[in-house]
Amino acid sequence: MDATKLSTSESVSKKKGKKAKNKVKSEEKPVVEMDTESEVKEEKSASGATFPPTFSMSEIKNKQRRHMMFIKLKQEKRKQKLELKKKRKREREALGDEAPPKEVPKTIENQRVYDETTVNPEDEEVAFDEGTDEFSAYFNRLTNPKVLITTSDRPRTRTVKFCEQLATVIPDAHVYYRRGLALKRVIPQCVTHGFTYLLVVNEDRKVPNGLVLCHLPDGPTAHFKVSGVRLRKEMKRRGKEPTEHSPEVILNNFTTRLGHTVGRLLAALFPHDPQFVGRQVATFHNQRDFIFFRFHRYIFKNEKRVGIQELGPRFTLKLRSLQKGTFDSKFGEYEWVHKRHEMDSCRRKFHL
Amino acid sequence: MADKSQICSIWLGSETGILKGVSLSKKQAFNFCEMSSLSRDQEVCVMAWGDENESEVLVGSVNGTVKTFSTDKGIFTGSRECGDLSQGRFTGLAVTDSSLITCVESGLLKVWKEGSTDTVEVNVGSGICRMRQNPSQRHRVATGGKENPLKVWDLERPDKAIFTAKNVAHDWLDMRVPVWVRDIGFISDSDKIVTCTGHHQVRVYDPSTSQRRPVLEAQLGEYPLTALSLTANQNTVVVGNTHGELATLDLRKGLMCGCLKGLSGAVRGLQCHPSLPLVASCGLDRFLRVHSLEDRSLQHKVYLKSRLNCVLLSSRELESSSVDVTGDVEEVKAEDDKDEDEVWDTMETVTEKSKKRPAEKEKAAVTGVDGKKKKKVSKK
Repeated sequence: MDATKLSTSESVSKKKGKKAKNKVKSEEKPVVEMDTESEVKEEKSASGATFPPTFSMSEIKNKQRRHMMFIKLKQEKRKQKLELKKKRKREREALGDEAPPKEVPKTIENQRVYDETTVNPEDEEVAFDEGTDEFSAYFNRLTNPKVLITTSDRPRTRTVKFCEQLATVIPDAHVYYRRGLALKRVIPQCVTHGFTYLLVVNEDRKVPNGLVLCHLPDGPTAHFKVSGVRLRKEMKRRGKEPTEHSPEVILNNFTTRLGHTVGRLLAALFPHDPQFVGRQVATFHNQRDFIFFRFHRYIFKNEKRVGIQELGPRFTLKLRSLQKGTFDSKFGEYEWVHKRHEMDSCRRKFHL
Repeated sequence: MADKSQICSIWLGSETGILKGVSLSKKQAFNFCEMSSLSRDQEVCVMAWGDENESEVLVGSVNGTVKTFSTDKGIFTGSRECGDLSQGRFTGLAVTDSSLITCVESGLLKVWKEGSTDTVEVNVGSGICRMRQNPSQRHRVATGGKENPLKVWDLERPDKAIFTAKNVAHDWLDMRVPVWVRDIGFISDSDKIVTCTGHHQVRVYDPSTSQRRPVLEAQLGEYPLTALSLTANQNTVVVGNTHGELATLDLRKGLMCGCLKGLSGAVRGLQCHPSLPLVASCGLDRFLRVHSLEDRSLQHKVYLKSRLNCVLLSSRELESSSVDVTGDVEEVKAEDDKDEDEVWDTMETVTEKSKKRPAEKEKAAVTGVDGKKKKKVSKK
């Protein structure tokens, strides 16, 4: 059965495809049309005579044979796809300048559902809102950031190292051991000591998995889910330790109103003026509601080429909730809460 | 400005001090404010209708001023100083017979008479979260707050509360149950009062009975309930909490009927329409949402760029312009039917005659036989 199938398929497609087909067609043309059709049908039925018309490849019980058939099917398909591609390329070259523009493939970012809360840069109301919100003190250069980093109680090595490395990345950051203290009591003490941020790394099963970032005088509290933490020793081809210079901050793709708030929250962790001498840059890149943090050192080889070395820890954040006011998970008012069943139903809808 | 304000059926106050009007029929939102003189201390805390026919909106701000906005003219027509920042924010605003009632967080309830400067002052206790007026007996107000139980005051006899609620019995650990009244609602046609608390309880009190403890108590969710509104049929109540969960509760049994989905931020303002089964909600997620209470679906969602504090629904039809349109269409159809019947009666059975109207011609062509099709036409 296989042999016959092979031969027919060979005759139809293997022999330089089109030419073989043309030959077959030209041979059949002088004969009456009805006959050719019936002949073709017979050929097909002859090739499929071994299999009934309602045959499906999954009915073959012999695994090897089934597998071979499947491989052949895939090869056929790939061949047809390549042919189609080549044909299109030929047509494109033939048309030259008149060719229609290349079609852009659809990606989830392309197909993103338009979010009506996307901020228009010229919007006065939003500008006023941002100009007078809780971060206005930082953005008007009235305060300098001072960050307190701590963990959940009894942290393991990995979390401790993560906190230490975060403290090297963020200038003016102090790591303190938690000692089982209640955050609601820690916060007023931080305020009196002049801290502007409280960063709590939560740990579960010996690995950091959450981050609570609380802006201090009365500012919003963001709760993130942390994943993909890579400490410095696990990074390949990394550079030397980060220096004390203030890094530049890059915030990518925070377009919606919520994204703006989160972007400002992350930007206010770092001092206003980066020290370009240090050539260090911290990037918060938002894509599909995940915020990727990377810390690099760059060097300009000439005007157009840059070399970068990744230093520092690497992690991804996903916003779980944004609460107005300082940390109060029970009685605080939430500005945004991630609700999985309502918000994650559409794959093309993002909130940041 | 005037035409914009006349079509608005929902009014909202925001944290930036802007009064927003939304017209659902035209699907537009308008800001009524002076963009140059915005400041955070004009943040709107409370809103109320200035008069019976809802032509004036009273807006209370954080700095203690109460501004009057005329919906016909579309401008702020007046403002009065009713307190200052030291006393706390406004927690309630109401109007009776040409006098204004205001209540602030520190507990100072004042009745401002029109024209004269003397005020009647009542101290209702500190830490007030809400003051509401009884819509059927407008000289009665209820207040409640953090560690401040529900009290009903009659403004004609302001020295002592008519009704003070008693705290429920100690819980199963024999500990005192904390009190935190967040919002109050009056059930019409009776003396009953519904409250929602920051400890996720909904309680119904009946002052006409001798029982000062709640008649009905229901626990709802795990987060503080921030807003409450009674529906048009007074048996159900809609409550919202700080996580953006809206739920309807049946007051006869105290069981939850269903949830309204869509909100992602804390609910700050909630109001049910007086006659239609609709509820408007606004909150910290900067959206106004109108849900239908019958099938719990979202009818309208409007993005308003600032955090919203309060919402006011007008009693008229929310989509008034579309209602007018359908009315006209129906009238036209009725006329058509009558004419057609007459024509059918006078017409002979021959099909070719009708050149009077294209509609008739279709029907004539369709019908070979009179009798059956005639019935169909008349059914329309």
